[in-house]
Amino acid sequence: MSASAIVALPLLGAILPPLFARAGRTPALLAALAPSVVALLLLWGQAASVFSGVPEEVRVPWVPALGLEWALRIDGLGFFFASLILAIGILIFIYSRGYLAGNEPIGTFYAYLLLFQGAMLGVVLADNLLLLPVFWELTSLSSFLLIGFWCHLPDGRRGARLALAITGAGGLALLAGLILLGEVAGTYRLSELAARQELILASPLAPAILTLILLGAFTKSAQFPFHFWLPHAMAAPTPVSAYLHSATMVKAGLYLLARVWPVFGQTDAWVVWVTGIGAATMLLGATIALFKDDLKALLAYSTVSHLGLVTMLLGLGTPTAVFAAMLHVLMHATFKAALFMNTGIVDHETGLRDLRRLSGLAKVMPLTAGLGTLAALSMAGVPPLNGFVSKEAMLVEVLAARWGGGWPLWGLVGLAAILSAAYAFRYFSALFFGPLRLPEGRIPHDPPALLWGPPLVLVVAVVVLGLWPSLAEPLLAAASAAAVGAHAPWPELALWHGFGAPLVVSAVAFVIGAAMVWHYRALSGRVLAWALPFDGRRAFFSAQEWLVRGAHRLIARVHSGVLGRYVLLLAVVSLAALALGWGMGEGWRPQRAPTPMNGLGLIFAGVGLAAIGLVVRWHHKRLRAVLLTGAVGLVVSLAFLHASAPDLALTQISVEAVTTVLLLLMLFFLPQHDTEPVAKPRGAAAASILIGSVVGLLAWVMMRNDGPNLADYFWSRSVSEGGGSNVVNVILVDFRGYDTFGEITVLGIAALVIYALLQGMQEGVAREHLHAWRFPFALSPTRHPLPFAVTARVMLPFLLMAVFYIFFRGHNAPGGGFIAALLLALAFLIQYMASGLSWTMHRMRLDAHVWIGTGLLVAGATGMAAMGLGAPFLRSAHGEVHIPGIGPVPLASAMGFDLGVLLTVFGAVTLALVQLAHLGQLAGFLPSRTPMDPARPKPSEKEG
Amino acid sequence: MEILFAVLIAALTAAGIYLCCLRQVFPVVLGLSLLSYATNLFLFVAGRLTVGAPPVWAEGVTRFADPLPQALVLTAIVIAFGMTALLVVLAIRARFESGVERSDVPAVTDRVEVER
Repeated sequence: MSASAIVALPLLGAILPPLFARAGRTPALLAALAPSVVALLLLWGQAASVFSGVPEEVRVPWVPALGLEWALRIDGLGFFFASLILAIGILIFIYSRGYLAGNEPIGTFYAYLLLFQGAMLGVVLADNLLLLPVFWELTSLSSFLLIGFWCHLPDGRRGARLALAITGAGGLALLAGLILLGEVAGTYRLSELAARQELILASPLAPAILTLILLGAFTKSAQFPFHFWLPHAMAAPTPVSAYLHSATMVKAGLYLLARVWPVFGQTDAWVVWVTGIGAATMLLGATIALFKDDLKALLAYSTVSHLGLVTMLLGLGTPTAVFAAMLHVLMHATFKAALFMNTGIVDHETGLRDLRRLSGLAKVMPLTAGLGTLAALSMAGVPPLNGFVSKEAMLVEVLAARWGGGWPLWGLVGLAAILSAAYAFRYFSALFFGPLRLPEGRIPHDPPALLWGPPLVLVVAVVVLGLWPSLAEPLLAAASAAAVGAHAPWPELALWHGFGAPLVVSAVAFVIGAAMVWHYRALSGRVLAWALPFDGRRAFFSAQEWLVRGAHRLIARVHSGVLGRYVLLLAVVSLAALALGWGMGEGWRPQRAPTPMNGLGLIFAGVGLAAIGLVVRWHHKRLRAVLLTGAVGLVVSLAFLHASAPDLALTQISVEAVTTVLLLLMLFFLPQHDTEPVAKPRGAAAASILIGSVVGLLAWVMMRNDGPNLADYFWSRSVSEGGGSNVVNVILVDFRGYDTFGEITVLGIAALVIYALLQGMQEGVAREHLHAWRFPFALSPTRHPLPFAVTARVMLPFLLMAVFYIFFRGHNAPGGGFIAALLLALAFLIQYMASGLSWTMHRMRLDAHVWIGTGLLVAGATGMAAMGLGAPFLRSAHGEVHIPGIGPVPLASAMGFDLGVLLTVFGAVTLALVQLAHLGQLAGFLPSRTPMDPARPKPSEKEG
Repeated sequence: MEILFAVLIAALTAAGIYLCCLRQVFPVVLGLSLLSYATNLFLFVAGRLTVGAPPVWAEGVTRFADPLPQALVLTAIVIAFGMTALLVVLAIRARFESGVERSDVPAVTDRVEVER
């Protein structure tokens, strides 16, 4: 379990620093440190099992059908990388506390760093081919947030976008590659891949898999030609550059190469491409680094070069080269992170990082100069520092490699060694030595311990690992063994290997490198003149601009703002899909005998068609159109009734009544006629007729055809499992209860949105327009005729009784919560129409919000009750209850659910209508002067 | 009877789409109401037509209408009401905010500068 905890701690702990940041910057730091330190201790608690070769594994099925599981595995390789991620992370956290200015949101910064840390740990510990890319993308996302942390700077935003686009695209390629790999190998477990190497390599997909995985690794680890995002990512705050872009994230690609090494590592394609790309990147990065004056840019290109070096080592195809690669990953992480922190100190103290404007800083900041010089010497590979150890190991491996192991590669590596020595020498000699040059008005000095402490720790590691490299041997041996899948005789680590070719190369590199720095001016002028013209960045931004402009052009065309076009476009696309489906079908002939026609049906259909025609004809005469639409609704409910759907008929007819009231209320606020000239779009008319005909034809074909259905399933189980004989109602409240729950929730939300929309009209422009609104018709002085009011009040108890009846019989006969709710709403609406809004609302007592909330709670509680009894959500129970005097009454727990439906639907309907009616009062709709309660007049009561 | 249902669905669909293509909001509200009738009827007839056999269980009954489309349509009718109410309120709000009652908005023409 500790594997899960190691990954989860930073991810979940990310919430802590922003909370603790309220208490100050140091509490935020402690809150960030806590999860990392605990995770590191847990990780090191696994050391014994890692070194004994029995890694801890966690496997929790996630989506077994896809092969996705939450699988983590702490083997030597994962342990090595996870240790780096956590240990350097802790140093970075401490350093950041000193680096960020007092007014910067340090809590957020730590949260991003922790998210990144957790994602990175997930990458190196995941043992599932689908889980790994999830974490992989998370590192890209958190890196985006961190590079763009100074989002007020255009460079930050640009660099963040660039990094996200390149690494994100690479991540997609990787995902594709890993899915193919899993499918070919027949397993999604990383740890099982090595055993299936033959199967994978025999597959015709193997080249594609390798290409896609390499794309993922090369983009992440900034290999040529994708290297250009890394220097731009330097717009990030320096702790981020030190952590993500030198020590950890860019090593994810190397980690991945090491992970798939047992499968592909010795194939020809691998050796050619990985070695080739790695060597090219190494040389390119080193060349550019030498001619950069910005300290961070110099370090960035140097990082590109060192990543190329490790890639090249992984490409050589020998287990000992993998060991050398791991060695250099460790050494590079220590000295490069120290150098970045060093640059950060210079930047922090002088406000500059330009080598042309700074020099001789050793005079004012000796400690910084000492640390920077040591780390830079290690980067140059000078003994007795750790960079020397890994460089020697690298040279030995290159010399021994089977491919290109002769002079070509040897020459390249030698050239790169010269260039590395040169830029490393230049870093410290130009910055710390020579005459003192400073920006005006600043007197820098050594920073507080928070800033020099973490690099000091790293520089101590640089020296110790240089003097006694064998200290790191067990860790590296475990990592290499896990990477290559076997224990090989690992090279012995020592500072002194005796005289040999590697030492000669080193010595030559130092001499030529020093000479190059000595004659830097002459050299730089000549080289910069023909410096590499290719800049991936320019190509990238051109492509981006082209895409964005293209998208705008497309949007302007498609997203025209004309509703009619959207409707037609939608219809045309549906028809095309339909035609496609029809073409793929097997043809059709009627299977079912037609249902006999009857005269009444013909008459009502005629009425319906006439009403539809008249709605279209008179849509601009609005009152008429509303009433005609109601007539259409009545015909539809009759159609339901005729076709054996009494529940639908009841629902439709009551919804129809409510909708008509709604549309009439709407007419209060709209002109009575169309205000724009009535356009008659002929094209739209023709298209509508065509689409309508196709849909009608489709309906007819469907009705005359047989097909599989679930009718028997529900019919046979309705009573035995649902405890009710009205199958429709049982489906609603029992079989599909979860759906219904969702639907009433939607309805409740819609009502709340309506409330919010109308409440918003009480201010701003809308309020002015509302006050200036004149009702489009004269108001009758006797709006609430007394006979109507009296009749309505007499009817109320009877209506309520009907509501109860409809509700309670609903489980066994047509009725139920939906219909009862609509009837209840109608009973309420009748009172409103008869006696006015205020009168009715005054007697409602309960707010419509309360109805909605209570209804959802009741429905939810019924479902939860089932869970409480150990059954799934909404599982219904039923039985008979004997009530004295009445006899056995069948009861089902689903009735509680139906009650929730009733309350919610009633609340939603009344909330919508009441709010709309209330708007009339805001608009100055004068109350009727007829007293509604003659017996108890209340002059203060306003009627509306 | 099938042909009557088909014709009704065809007419409702055609009228609904036509009204939705108009420039003012009010006909669009009507059009969507008609379209929702059409959709509900279409969904309903997916259970085929059965006359005189409502899906209420009783001992020995073997002929009954398919209850599943009915259950689907029942909630759809109520949701359609919620949608209509929301649309009505949106139309009113838009009308009082903008002062005009139109279903279309001017096309987006302003160019967005691309940051390089």
